[in-house]
Amino acid sequence: MEQFFRLQDIGSIAPELELTLFGMILLIADLLIVEKRKIGIIALVGIAISAGFLYRLSGYESLAYGGALVVDQFSWFFKLLFLIGAALSIALSLKYLDIERENHGEYYALILFATMGMMFMAGAVDLVTLYIGLETMAIATYILVGFLRGSQRSNEASLKYFLLGAFSSAILLYGMSLLYGISGSTRFAEISTALSSRPINDPISLMALITLSAGMLFKIAAVPFHQWTPDAYEGAPTSITAFMSVAVKAASFAMMVRVFMIAVYPLRPHWVAIMSVISIMTMTVGNVAAITQSNVKRLFAYSSISHAGYILLGLIAGNETGLTAIPMYLLIYTFTNLGAWAVIVALRRKDVIGEHIDDMNGLFFRHPTAAVLMLIFLLSLAGIPPTAGFIGKYYLFSAVVQTNHIPLAIVAVLNAAISAYFYLRIVVAMFMREATEKTGMAFAPGLLTVLAVALIFTLWIGIYPDPFISMARQAAVLGF
Amino acid sequence: MDFFRTHILSIVAFWPLVGMFVLFFMNKHNRQLHRVWANIVMFVGFLLSLPLWFWFDFNNSDQFQFTYQTRWIQALGVDYHVGIDGITLLLVLLTTLLGPLAVLSSWNAIEERTKEFYAFMLMLQTGMLGVFISLDFFMFYVFWEVMLVPMYFLIGVWGGPRKLYAAIKFFLYTLFGSVLLLLGILALYFIYPGIAAQQPAIAAQFGAAPTFNILAFHAIAPFLSYNFQYWVFLAFFVGFAIKVPMFPFHTWLPDAHVEAPTAGSVILAGVLLKMGTYGFLRFSLPILPEGTKHFVPLMIALSVIAIVYGALVAMMQPDMKKLVAYSSVSHMGFVMLGMFALNPNGLNGSILQQINHGISTGALFLIVGMIYERRHTREIAQFGGLSSVMPIYAVVFLIMTMSSIGLPLLNGFMGEFPIMMGVLEENIWWAVVAGSGIVLGAAYMLWLYQRTMFGKLDNPANMKLPDLSLRELATVIPLIIMAFWIGLYPAPFFRALDKPVVKLVQRIRPEILQGAPVREAQTQGVTR
Repeated sequence: MEQFFRLQDIGSIAPELELTLFGMILLIADLLIVEKRKIGIIALVGIAISAGFLYRLSGYESLAYGGALVVDQFSWFFKLLFLIGAALSIALSLKYLDIERENHGEYYALILFATMGMMFMAGAVDLVTLYIGLETMAIATYILVGFLRGSQRSNEASLKYFLLGAFSSAILLYGMSLLYGISGSTRFAEISTALSSRPINDPISLMALITLSAGMLFKIAAVPFHQWTPDAYEGAPTSITAFMSVAVKAASFAMMVRVFMIAVYPLRPHWVAIMSVISIMTMTVGNVAAITQSNVKRLFAYSSISHAGYILLGLIAGNETGLTAIPMYLLIYTFTNLGAWAVIVALRRKDVIGEHIDDMNGLFFRHPTAAVLMLIFLLSLAGIPPTAGFIGKYYLFSAVVQTNHIPLAIVAVLNAAISAYFYLRIVVAMFMREATEKTGMAFAPGLLTVLAVALIFTLWIGIYPDPFISMARQAAVLGF
Repeated sequence: MDFFRTHILSIVAFWPLVGMFVLFFMNKHNRQLHRVWANIVMFVGFLLSLPLWFWFDFNNSDQFQFTYQTRWIQALGVDYHVGIDGITLLLVLLTTLLGPLAVLSSWNAIEERTKEFYAFMLMLQTGMLGVFISLDFFMFYVFWEVMLVPMYFLIGVWGGPRKLYAAIKFFLYTLFGSVLLLLGILALYFIYPGIAAQQPAIAAQFGAAPTFNILAFHAIAPFLSYNFQYWVFLAFFVGFAIKVPMFPFHTWLPDAHVEAPTAGSVILAGVLLKMGTYGFLRFSLPILPEGTKHFVPLMIALSVIAIVYGALVAMMQPDMKKLVAYSSVSHMGFVMLGMFALNPNGLNGSILQQINHGISTGALFLIVGMIYERRHTREIAQFGGLSSVMPIYAVVFLIMTMSSIGLPLLNGFMGEFPIMMGVLEENIWWAVVAGSGIVLGAAYMLWLYQRTMFGKLDNPANMKLPDLSLRELATVIPLIIMAFWIGLYPAPFFRALDKPVVKLVQRIRPEILQGAPVREAQTQGVTR
């Protein structure tokens, strides 16, 4: 056993430490600063500094804390992704929370804590570290979902999410304890060794795999563990919905990739079968259910479920292309989805909820730019070139074709076509129906920044994806 | 000039897109400016494309010319790679000819949201040209999908009463087909390196890394297993057959055509449908010769059904536009029939018939659009005796009717005749059924003409219809000229097609070229 703590290990978690520190500063600042928007700005500064620390770690590889945590290209990429997601979500919230009259300092602190938890999830190669990271993220998110304390919808969403989340965490823990029982260790590498020395159909290994999978599939909202998603997404403050749909989802996938590609890799034949079925169900149920939604937030909730189904394809492929596709897709999804959510947030005004699909009617006539931006984000979500979404889908599909999962590929591409239908419903509302009301949209500088960033990356990755692909390729190599 | 000459294809293709961006900066309410600008852009686009015809080396029309290749996405092995051979030369020129006419025809027809309308028309033009000039399969696919969006909007915003339904049906049908096409492309992409590793000649020419180069795929065709070809052919088939549209997949077409504004119908019938047949010609046939041969019976059966069924349904339509739309199904059946005869005559006729269909059906949609603009109805029963109030219109309509039913001296005949010859060489029964389609075609078109143009002018609403304006004449005269040119002197067109067609047959059925004069060998002798 290596020495548990070395001084340089502090350096490898500098971005996380910095975020924690800033989260605490925010809590204190909350007592002193009356204008809460300023706290959001401080939080953005904190994220920027954390990104600076992260930048210094680029290319650095190390196994820290006696093998509990790893710093590698994979975790580096995901940490960057979380920081981007958190920063853009905070930028979205600045004005939105004023409109909801719930602008409080702890909101930003909680986002920072959640992000910190995610960063530990991405780097964890030990069950305990992983679980602590996961719960840090989850608990912060439970609170954030219920942040609109005056709104019954938000409270209900939070409670549901909390109960089901706690339940799933328990199942996950059960799986983890079985793995510990099998291997006598919480380290992924040792679990892997222990599993491979057992027969492949060993019932206890299978039991561990199934419970572990169930817990994790809940976190990524895969069918049949998806029921919490529409309620939580609908009830949560829209900025938090955006945050959950990109950062929380990305973190859960980072965790899944590491656990499945290292810890339970010896059981790959089994989990490929499980994941194939889950992936097909998730894509299909997500897309079909989205078709019937009339609330935009619920529609996007189902859409995000189906996207989780696509991303699972990368894990099923499990080769270099597949593992490149996952970070690539999540990167693209982060920008595109945050852009789309930004438009929805802008529709929320003092007394208009702006969530029904009819609220989008005639948006083009009122705000042509917003409508065109939304169109681009929707096309990207549907995977139509030349937007980034096409590159993402292309990468995932090519991974499953390469590994000869042809039936899966066929289901996936047909689902991509189905999904176009409900994205087009929003397009129809925006461009082809008459405007029902004349009220404006609430654009704030933060929100405009989010829109601009999302647009630039959605088109840039779509037209010239080379630099991003090479980043994702490096990230596809799991260190240690 | 040198720059223009090396990049002529890219310039022709992206010029409308440049025009579109300029359009964005124009005042939303200045309709006149949008119209004038869009017409200028399209017309200049046509002029830009003319040098292609003069600079094209017809003696090597099976070689890709005006090629330009550069890296686009390094990580995926995607190139920006353009070039045209004799087949695409004609298709590109057809597109640059129909584009301006479609835009010109919209002058008065589109009153609302003109800026977006013309922006989408220009974007569509770039998308279509991109499809035809791409020599990289990935790039082809990007253009293929990109042009869905403007067409969707053209139907959905400026269409008729059921526009939303028609637009979404068009979009989803095509998307379903094209995602399966994507799987086929991926299968080729991943099989290439393995073959290149065993065939040093191919690896030397196209590299050993995975590629989307269409020429590389042509080169590996002989080494693809039967099983592989079978499945990839099916994937391609769904993608292309929906676009053509072939018989069971045709149901989106009448809806889209009827609801689309005139310009949209012209482009849809004139160019978009050709993308499907072009897909078969460029990809299915040369890359998957064994798969192609396996599916000949199915393809022939579907084509023949389309010919007869399309014609019968067309005959019963009370709506002029729907009639023309179903006639498209029938005509495209002819195109597919000629193609899958898989001999030089059939293929020559099939490709020329694609151009002809673009010209005559495009013109017929314009003609229907003109009467619709005047009366705001397309119901055949509303008309009768129009030839007495609109004599010029009647003449134009007559010429295009004749062109559509394949009267000698006009273009339709020059396409149908080789198709029938090619089909006769293969199987007399196919020819018999197809021949009945020609008869039916003559019947419904002449009947349409008779019901609208002749008879008594009894509907008071029709009494004072103005005849064609100069602008309207300008939209059809180029097509009439083309119809006569191809009908009277088709030699230049066949010259462009002959060699690519022989090359195609060489790949699929080299044995049938033995008897015929071996043109391939001769030309090779000349070039050496």
